[in-house]
Amino acid sequence: MLAMNYRGPYRVRVDRKPVPVCEHVEDAVIRVTRTCICGSDLHLYHGMVPDTRVGMTFGHEFTGVVEEVGPGVRNLAVGDHVLVPFNIACGRCHFCKQGLFGNCHEANAQATAVGGIFGYSHTAGGYDGGQAEYVRVPYADVGPCKIPETMDLDDAVLLTDVVPTGYQAAEMGGIQRGDTVVVFGAGPVGIMAARCAWLFGAGRVIVIDHVEYRLDFARRYCPAEVYNFRSIGDPVVFLKKTTDSLGADVCIDAVGGDAAGSALHTLMGTKLKLEGGSAVALHWAINSVKKGGIVSIVGVYGPTGNLIPIGNVLNKGITIRANQASVKRLLPKLIAHIEAGRLNPKELITHKVPLEEAADAYHLFSAKLDDCIKPVLVPPTARA
Amino acid sequence: MRNRPIDPSTVPGWGVDADPQNDPTYPMRDIAGDDSRGMNWTRPPKQPARVEVLTSIEYKARPAVVGTATPPRGVSGVIRRQAFKYSESQWAHWLMLMAADRVNVVEGVVDDLARGRVPNVPAEMGARAELAHNRSGLAGKLALTGAVIGLGILVSRLARAERR
Repeated sequence: MLAMNYRGPYRVRVDRKPVPVCEHVEDAVIRVTRTCICGSDLHLYHGMVPDTRVGMTFGHEFTGVVEEVGPGVRNLAVGDHVLVPFNIACGRCHFCKQGLFGNCHEANAQATAVGGIFGYSHTAGGYDGGQAEYVRVPYADVGPCKIPETMDLDDAVLLTDVVPTGYQAAEMGGIQRGDTVVVFGAGPVGIMAARCAWLFGAGRVIVIDHVEYRLDFARRYCPAEVYNFRSIGDPVVFLKKTTDSLGADVCIDAVGGDAAGSALHTLMGTKLKLEGGSAVALHWAINSVKKGGIVSIVGVYGPTGNLIPIGNVLNKGITIRANQASVKRLLPKLIAHIEAGRLNPKELITHKVPLEEAADAYHLFSAKLDDCIKPVLVPPTARA
Repeated sequence: MRNRPIDPSTVPGWGVDADPQNDPTYPMRDIAGDDSRGMNWTRPPKQPARVEVLTSIEYKARPAVVGTATPPRGVSGVIRRQAFKYSESQWAHWLMLMAADRVNVVEGVVDDLARGRVPNVPAEMGARAELAHNRSGLAGKLALTGAVIGLGILVSRLARAERR
């Protein structure tokens, strides 16, 4: 089968690999029909996540048709068309039973702090991902969800990560009616977080980034006030001034370790890799939020340390909430939002390209060329 | 000094201010869904070990299901095995893994060459997309690369002339 193949930082190609098989009684093998490149895949692509091995196939956002099921699978049958949450979850451990499907204790041997995630390095379990023609899906009775017949496949594939992560970013913000919400990052997740902030009753939604075409998109799609941090001076001072000097009620970090905006963080986190990524957005979020406010983190950072103003978290009485999205928990609500027309995720997709062109799609997304917001890869087996 | 188990109900005032509403993790975490305090759930059947899977030393038992992609091998594998002697809390663990990743890139090139394949690095780095959508940027990068190479050649020639 064809599969994306990581060769080192900024280098990927598509090669032939063996078709995966069921390795556990509760596995399924799925023929991929849509697979996205996620903003967090770029952290892998940039060589920022430890234990990212050459030969790995990335991809944690995908839909597909069930081709084979293990003898322990009860809820899925060959031929079902499913969307597969990016978390690998057993559904029965201490954490899954609490709804923390992103924190399963039975899916990642390499790290206790990280749940199992498809195609996201060995730090997230060492599973090959869905940027391929076929993919092995463990715990097939737990994660995969049959795609409603009326749902567009392009909406379905974005339900595997972007929509739930954006939604949970807003949910973790504890947004109350009338709140001012600032979202750092106008990538797909940041845009979705800003869109979802309205669902919780926000009174004002502000998006901060430095890429003009993405800010233009956010202004229209969310809709939101948008500001380019390169043209507003110190973004913290700007946000204080625009919120009557108090700060925002809720700040959302939807950037993670690839943030621009600080030479120090870029040097330490991105170039020297002595931080778990460049924590500029989180730094700004902590300093821009109101005293007693909430900072919600969905941007991905590496597992080492980061330079952030933790003293201000104490002095301002800030609550920090963060997690990988619990996709399975959120799916019923989000499917209802899409079916009711309240959310329209497929509008985020700007590029739909053959899987064989993954190297170009990665570069396009990473370098923010051709006004790219969200690239989707389509394997040849899905085009036939 | 030995620690003895403490019965919380014997501690004066135990639980008097407990408030289930004061749960900042709701709705992400619904503690009503679980009444256990330890690793005592019915564990899924264990996946047979087909390849070497490095396991965090913070686990009591290896998770039931594991990823089997790209098992550790070569020099990078040796470094990774060393890294897994440290907990996730130790910088040594992560820095060794990052070092192994860099070594692994070189191993990947050697593997390709050993199979008679010269990696097409520009294509792997998305040169076609760069050519289509960022010609001026590509020209700038090529000019910079050419200048650096030219400078290197010039410096090495000057050094050679100096030695003569």
